[in-house]
Amino acid sequence: MTALFRRVDETGRRGVRLVVDGYEVTALEGDTVLTALLTNGSRLRRNEFDGKPRAGFCLMGACQECWVWTESGEELRACSTDVRDGMRLVTKEVPWLTR
Amino acid sequence: MNDFARDPVRADVIVVGGGFMGAATAFFLRTHGLSVILLERDLIGQAASGTNFGNVRRQGRYLPQLPLAHRSRDIWGRLPELIGEDVEFLPSGHLLVTTRSDDGARLEQYAVDCKAWGLDLTMMTGDQARAMFPMVGPEIHTVSYSPHDGHANPRLAAPAFGRAARRAGAHVVEQAPVLSITKDSTDFIAETADGRVYRAPMLQVSSGAWGRKMAALFGEDVPMAPQGPQMGVTEPMPYRVAPVIGSASSVTDEGVYLRQVKRGNIVFGGGRRSTADLETKRARLDPMNTLRQMPQLARLLPAIARLRVIRTWSGVEGYVQDSLPIMGPSERVSGLFYAFGFCGHGFQLGPGVGATMAELIATGHTDIPLEPFRVGRFQRNAANAAAYSPHA
Amino acid sequence: MADPVIVVGAGPAGTRAAQRLVQAGLRPVVVDENERQGGQIYRRQSENFSRPAEKLYGAEAARARALHTDFEALRPHIDYRPGTMVWGVAEEGLLTVRDRAVATLPFSAIIIASGATDRIMPVPGWTLPGVYSLGASQIALKAQACAVGGAPVFMGTGPLLYLVAWQYLRAGVKPAAVLDTNSLATRLRGLRGMMTRARVLAHGVRYMAELIRAGVPLHTGITPARIEGREDGVTAIVWQDARGRLRRTACDAVATGFGLRAETQLADLLKCDFVFDRRFTQWRPRVDPDGRASRANVYLAGDGVLLRGADAAETAGRLAACALLQDRALPVGTDEIADLRGILATMDRFAEGIASAFPWPAHMAAALPDDTVVCRCENVTAGDIRHAATALDSPEINRAKALTRPGMGRCQGRMCGLAAAEILAAARGVPVEQVGRIRTAAPLKPLPLDCTVTP
Repeated sequence: MTALFRRVDETGRRGVRLVVDGYEVTALEGDTVLTALLTNGSRLRRNEFDGKPRAGFCLMGACQECWVWTESGEELRACSTDVRDGMRLVTKEVPWLTR
Repeated sequence: MNDFARDPVRADVIVVGGGFMGAATAFFLRTHGLSVILLERDLIGQAASGTNFGNVRRQGRYLPQLPLAHRSRDIWGRLPELIGEDVEFLPSGHLLVTTRSDDGARLEQYAVDCKAWGLDLTMMTGDQARAMFPMVGPEIHTVSYSPHDGHANPRLAAPAFGRAARRAGAHVVEQAPVLSITKDSTDFIAETADGRVYRAPMLQVSSGAWGRKMAALFGEDVPMAPQGPQMGVTEPMPYRVAPVIGSASSVTDEGVYLRQVKRGNIVFGGGRRSTADLETKRARLDPMNTLRQMPQLARLLPAIARLRVIRTWSGVEGYVQDSLPIMGPSERVSGLFYAFGFCGHGFQLGPGVGATMAELIATGHTDIPLEPFRVGRFQRNAANAAAYSPHA
Repeated sequence: MADPVIVVGAGPAGTRAAQRLVQAGLRPVVVDENERQGGQIYRRQSENFSRPAEKLYGAEAARARALHTDFEALRPHIDYRPGTMVWGVAEEGLLTVRDRAVATLPFSAIIIASGATDRIMPVPGWTLPGVYSLGASQIALKAQACAVGGAPVFMGTGPLLYLVAWQYLRAGVKPAAVLDTNSLATRLRGLRGMMTRARVLAHGVRYMAELIRAGVPLHTGITPARIEGREDGVTAIVWQDARGRLRRTACDAVATGFGLRAETQLADLLKCDFVFDRRFTQWRPRVDPDGRASRANVYLAGDGVLLRGADAAETAGRLAACALLQDRALPVGTDEIADLRGILATMDRFAEGIASAFPWPAHMAAALPDDTVVCRCENVTAGDIRHAATALDSPEINRAKALTRPGMGRCQGRMCGLAAAEILAAARGVPVEQVGRIRTAAPLKPLPLDCTVTP
């Protein structure tokens, strides 16, 4: 998978492991969820109306385009949430109401 | 300014107030072949018409209002052929639900009584309802289901009628506050803020919460006050909640309702209302009410708790003392008609009110019973009327 | 006890405002949405990062360090609430939420120092992964030690364009190009104003020189045509040069910004009057020279009201605090106020210089193809807004919003609002101020429905 972000410094930090869409990825302590996802891939979510991938835009909590989900359905704003070891995240909404 | 400098415009009917009622009346007046001038203070459908919940609901209404509601429901289904667009009308079904046994008994009784008025409802236990609509919360134990009711987009509905009226030949004037209305021997004369003067032998007041002031000009005061509904909307999620779900609770704070639009957002409202100001034309959205709504909404639809509210709003609605609108002819001035004060339940009625008022104005008659909505019904108790101020 | 003063925002303006209040013996509540104090320009990296301030903030390292250490010294004297979003205003007080806990904070006065975001002009393809605001590209570098790509293009206008490109270069990521929509001739128009702060101007010239020396193509007077890419990122930007030739620059990221947009929503919820500021071509709360809003006990400072940059924000924050103290008949030296006003007057001239050197290219909004997405949240296109303007006869932006949804989404028009207004104004043939501004509604940012309310 293409990674959008590339690290240019501060690579000596302790690693953390998380699961994104079922795949295990590694990130570094002190990363935001956005950094963790985009150093491992190229999207955070899909737009509700055209289904196309989005990967955040403003990184300062204004554009609201970096919401991702935990596997249990909780939403996180990726640019302003620090990553934690063992996080389990998904880049599409967790369906509910399955009959 | 002498009279020649003015620009008198003449028609068969002047409609004052371009909310849903006025816009729909103007449209249907054209189908009767009458010329019409629609005068709107701001933009068509901006106040209560554009800010309400968007319920296209018949169940739960005052029974004698059902003939009007049925007529309206029929028009809702024919909007594309009539005005060229569906304004997002979705006959998705409507659930009135409750957690209280006394409210449940009231729903049961209503379902029996409304049959004679031509409305068929299906009563369900909570479990029966959840088998059909699994999103309904576990606390709900009595459900009244109206399969052909639904919802539509209030931001689009009145403006669409306004444009259709214009296409049909109505003279629709926006940003034209009416400063005075008088009547000479033949005509009503309406003067707008830009100094223009409009004349017509018939005039309808459909200025919503501001209707009281205009009716009072003709000596017909009604006990009425403005209030603001407390509305909100969530972020979008995939479309899963078809029916409108509304609480039938007799406890104010529990009385919330919600609907999911096809795009995915859940629109909600209910509970307490706020004060509204006729001068500033603003109704307050109290964010504390949004917080009060949240747990109540989750009782109807537990899954809503995982979403976020992205916007809230209010609008100026006119509430009459007996919670029924003012609709029909003036009882003092011939050629004068009223359709205002729909007490927060006018959206579904909009197309039916337009058709009925146009019929009444054009032919002098309608089969729709309007007796309960007479402007003169408070006359016996005029002192009471003057003192009326509703509680939130 | 009287209700406290609330300072919203802990960037340069908020920090200095709080500091001045503490000096006067007050104990303000400082509410900041960021977990770490500093705002955007002086944004801090995480605790376990080790780059020195010089590396993060360059020429502004000393200022950044001072802002951070001064704030740490304030900590025992303030009620500091980091990671806390202000989302509404009720009779009972300011409504905040942290994690999922809502709190109501009564206040006797409020100083709003809410900062700014990038001002964005949409371009076809700007919703592709790999397209970021200019500020975002800087935050990635500063706070996370990441580049948004290996060969980014910096496109837009304003001094920040060159600063961030230079910061990338220093971090070992060579920009594929810097594309400025304004011409050099335009830039000279602002020279006189910019000369008021020769040191800052000199830094800007140095950044450009170093970029050129490193072989980074700098183009001025360009018009962006489109950003190209795939589902997994950007591949190129296509643009028209000053002579009208269409050119393509291969890249793997685009950072874009056209100056700043004041974050004014809270003042709107507090029912402050707004004015259209011709210098910055946007609406903002009306303030007196010291930061008093039209409503009593509401003060504004920093880029959240006047786009004069971080240095000016520090001064304005202090001045707004002085105004508050003065209004309470607490001792404030008239010399102090006069000095601060004097400093701000220079900053004002400089900001005006910047604004005329790097004007917002309003004409580009009018020229956007109909199928360009303008509102990223709701996927509303330029054509949709023009439809609202013409066929649906919307004379102002809130009507266009009601009928075709620009600004209806999660961000409430923060990203698209200014461009949407330009498109509407152009389609109606009226000046942009005539179409108004998108009305603010609570919650200022998305509020979870499962929040808990603490009394």
